[in-house]
Amino acid sequence: MIWPAVIIGSLGAYLLKLSGYVIPERVLDNDRLRRLTALLPVALLAALVAVQTFSTGTELQVDARIAGLAAAIIALALRAPFLVVVLIAAITAAVLRSLGLSA
Amino acid sequence: MATGAYGLSFGAISVASGLDVWQTQALSLGMFTGASQFALVGVLGAGGGALAAILTALLLGARNSLYAVSLRPYLASSEPVPWWRLLARAQITIDESTAMAIRYPERSRQARHAFVATGLAIFVLWNIGTLIGALGAAALDDPRTLGLDAAVPAGFIALLWPRLRDRNMIALALVSAAVATILVPFLQPGLPVLSAALVAVIAERILARSSS
Repeated sequence: MIWPAVIIGSLGAYLLKLSGYVIPERVLDNDRLRRLTALLPVALLAALVAVQTFSTGTELQVDARIAGLAAAIIALALRAPFLVVVLIAAITAAVLRSLGLSA
Repeated sequence: MATGAYGLSFGAISVASGLDVWQTQALSLGMFTGASQFALVGVLGAGGGALAAILTALLLGARNSLYAVSLRPYLASSEPVPWWRLLARAQITIDESTAMAIRYPERSRQARHAFVATGLAIFVLWNIGTLIGALGAAALDDPRTLGLDAAVPAGFIALLWPRLRDRNMIALALVSAAVATILVPFLQPGLPVLSAALVAVIAERILARSSS
């Protein structure tokens, strides 16, 4: 199931990029599409944050990931770069688990 | 440097999500658009199906299509563009190469150079970073003890953060997060995230009405 997702996903992403060069401009260049493509990443990324923090499979779950997310938000507010934000979240969760403070 | 570090996080998170090193590298070579790659491995890692993973990645990648539209006047030149160059241009059409190209005048040599130089540099750094991160994570026994499962949502919020430019975007993010979370117990993994696309469609209608 992973290879088909990798291959079809990559092909689709490439065709999306290419479409902007070959499809007549007036088809793609309209306000509604522009607004929607700006909103989609915000909605999807926010949903990914929530689902990856609060769930395992189809179960809602509260564990060290929440502390990791809180630490990541603080790091972002302090303008930390991407890798630092990710590392701080991972370290926070790992430390809480090794101290036995959290699942 | 920042791109390499960002690629490193992707490589590590992808392997921690259950992809192997080859699959991870294939994504950085073939898909080559950060947010979509993170989303694909995130949905697969959460137990979502291939279809949900692909759809989420493509909805996130749709913006590259509009980047290409914006780039057309900047990359245009007096000579016709050979087909192989057009195909190569498409692959390096991402946030960063677009941002660099549109700083120069339309139809200028500088705009074309900035686009190609930025796109190629990021392609190389992103792929090297991915390989190092993937090999590093593959060498670990249990990603959870190192908190790699907590790195996944942190990666997504880092991608989201710069897009939260105004109140509308913050409201959309909060509603999307709430809707997806509420749906987790009722839908197959992968679908709660995809439901956020519907939230975006509704938000677009509301914004269109309030601005007209």
